[in-house]
Amino acid sequence: MKRNTLLQAALLTCGLSLSAASVAGGASGAMLAYTCAGCHGTNGVSTGPAGPSIAGFDYDYLVDSMHQFKAGERRSTIMTRIAKGYTDADIEAMSKFFADQKYILAAQEYDKAAAKRGGKLHKKYCNNCHEDAGTLQDPDEDTGMLGGQWRPYLSYTFADYQAGEREMGKKMKKKFKSMHKKAGDKGIADLLEFYASQK
Amino acid sequence: MNDFTRRKFLKAGVAVTAAGATLSYGSFAIGGSNKKVVIVGGGIGGATAAKYIRMMDSSVDVTLIEANKSYYTCFLSNEVLSGERTLDSIKFGYSGLAKHGVKVVNDVVTGIDADKRMVKTAGGDSFSYDRCIVAPGVDFKWEAIDGYDAKIAENTPHAWKAGTQTATLRKQLKAMKDGGTFVMVPPTNPFRCPPGPYERVAQIAHYFKHNKPKSSIIILDPKKKFSKFGLFNAGWARHYGYDPKNPTAAGMIKWVNSEAGGIVDSYDAATKTVSADAGNFKGDVVNIIPPQKAGKIAFIAGLTNDKGWCPINGKTFESTIHKNIHVVGDSCVAAPMPKSGYAANSEAKVCAAAVVALLQGGSAPTPAYVNTCYSIIAPGDAISVAMVYSYDESAGKIIKVKGSGGLTPGKFDAVLREREHQYTYSWFNNITSDTFN
Repeated sequence: MKRNTLLQAALLTCGLSLSAASVAGGASGAMLAYTCAGCHGTNGVSTGPAGPSIAGFDYDYLVDSMHQFKAGERRSTIMTRIAKGYTDADIEAMSKFFADQKYILAAQEYDKAAAKRGGKLHKKYCNNCHEDAGTLQDPDEDTGMLGGQWRPYLSYTFADYQAGEREMGKKMKKKFKSMHKKAGDKGIADLLEFYASQK
Repeated sequence: MNDFTRRKFLKAGVAVTAAGATLSYGSFAIGGSNKKVVIVGGGIGGATAAKYIRMMDSSVDVTLIEANKSYYTCFLSNEVLSGERTLDSIKFGYSGLAKHGVKVVNDVVTGIDADKRMVKTAGGDSFSYDRCIVAPGVDFKWEAIDGYDAKIAENTPHAWKAGTQTATLRKQLKAMKDGGTFVMVPPTNPFRCPPGPYERVAQIAHYFKHNKPKSSIIILDPKKKFSKFGLFNAGWARHYGYDPKNPTAAGMIKWVNSEAGGIVDSYDAATKTVSADAGNFKGDVVNIIPPQKAGKIAFIAGLTNDKGWCPINGKTFESTIHKNIHVVGDSCVAAPMPKSGYAANSEAKVCAAAVVALLQGGSAPTPAYVNTCYSIIAPGDAISVAMVYSYDESAGKIIKVKGSGGLTPGKFDAVLREREHQYTYSWFNNITSDTFN
C-alpha cells in the first residue's frame, strides 16, 4: 500500500475527505462546513443551548433551507446574511457534508409530565410526517428535525410559524390548527418538552 | 522523538493519556517517518489548527507549545466585567486537544530557526518540524502612551488578554463608589476584536445602571468611528443615556472621539489621570487598551513586516517571509478578515487543510472563510456582524464575497435581538468546543 493510499484511508476514517472538491475551483463540502462550526458545532453537532444542530439532516432540507435564507424567505437573525455568500454549488457541497454526518440528539432537561402530554399530541397531530418523534425527515414534505433538537431553537421556529413569519405547508397548517384549537399554546409548550425529552 | 526525548516529554507534564490517545486514533507510522507539525501558541488559532490537523490526518505528529496551563477567552470576558458571568466560565484547558492526539507542551518558545526548521523553548528543549504554525496573538505597543507600560498595567489593566487583568478590572469596578468615573482608552486600528471596547462600555454601563446609577463612563478614543458604530450608538442611547448627535453631552456615556480631542498621549498612574488633546481626565477606574502588534515570538522569528504584523499567503497562511512557517489568528495580516476569535478559528482550519495537503505532497485546497462576531449591549439586546470570504486566485488575496454578510438591522426588533443574545451564548459554547474539545 502506498503512503498516499494510507493517508487517503486515514482521511476517510475521519470522514473528512478534503480531496472531494465539489466543482472545479470551488471549495469542498468539508472546507465550507468548517466555517459553520463556530455556531453549529464541530461537524454540525451543536453544543447549544440555542443554536441548532444540523449534522445528519436530510440533504434536500438543508439545500432548501439555505436557499430560503438566501432569498430572505425564512426569518432569521444571521443566516440570511451568511447564506448570501454561497453559490448553488457551495450550498449543495456543504449540505452533502452535513447530511453525511450522524444526527446526535441534544441532552436537555425536560418536564416529564409535559413531555408525556406532548407525546400524545405529537402522535395525534404530527407523527404522520415527523416520524420517530420527529427524528426522521421526509424529504418529499421538507420536514424539519424535531426530536433532540435544542429547545430554544424549536420554540423560535414555533413562534415564527404562529406569527406568520414562516409559512407552513398545507398539511401542517391544518394539523397545527387542530392541535392549537384543542391544546392551545400549552400544547406547543408540551410538544417542545416532548422533543427535548428524546434521547 | 528525535530532539525531544520521551523522558523530557513526560517531564513536560504531558499526560500519558496523550500518548494513549495517539495510539487509539490509529497512528500511521511508516518507519517513523510521520510528518511533524509544531504549533506555537494555544489560543483560538493555534488550538483549532492542532485539533483540525489531527482530524484531517491522524498520521501527522502535532505538538502544541503554550506558555499557560489554561486559556481565557477574550470574547465574553466583558461579561465578567459586568458580573454576568464568572472568570471560570471563560477558562479552557488543553486536555481536549490531548484526546485528539495533540502533544501539549507547557513551555515558552524562545526562538524559531526557519533554516533548520527547529523551535526552541525556555525550558531548553528543541522541536524539529516539517511545518510550523505560529499563533501568538497580539502584543502591545507600550511606547504609544507615556507613563503606561506592562508594570503599570498590573494596576491599571488593559484586560485585553483575558485572565488576571480581567479579574483586577472587575474588582476595581466593584470597589468603585456610586458616582465614580470610569475612563476608557480604546486603541488605534488595527487591533484585536474591533467591537470589543464598545461592548465593554455597554457591559460596564449595564453594571453601573443596576448597581451604581450615578456613575459615568468617558471614552477617550483616537478614532472617528468604530465597528458596529450605528448599532452601538443606538444601543447605548436606548439603555444607558447617550446622545449620538452630541456624544460628549451629559449622560452615563460620553464618547470623546479624535476630532473632539480623544487622542491620549500620557497617563499618570499616581493620580489615575489620562492626558488627552481635550484635557486631563481623572478616573476612579481607568482602562487603557494600548495599540497592538503581533505577539513577541513573531518578531523574534522575523515574521513581521514594518507595521508589526505577519504577512501571509491567504490560501495557506504560510509566511511570505519564511517558508514552512504559517501564521494564523490576530498576528497575521488576513485583511479584510478582522482580528477576531471566529476569524482565527476559520483561518486555522484553512491553514490546517493546506498544511495537511502540502505534507502529503499535494497542493492546498480552495479555502473558505467566515467571520461572525456577537456583542451584547444589554440582556435581550445583542447584535452581530458576519461576513463570508473567499480567496481570489488571480489577485492572490482574501476577499469578501460580494453581497454576503453585514450587520444586524438597525431597526430594533426585540424578538430577534433576544434571539441574537441567546445565539451569542450558543456561539460561545460551540466555538470554544470546536477549538478546545
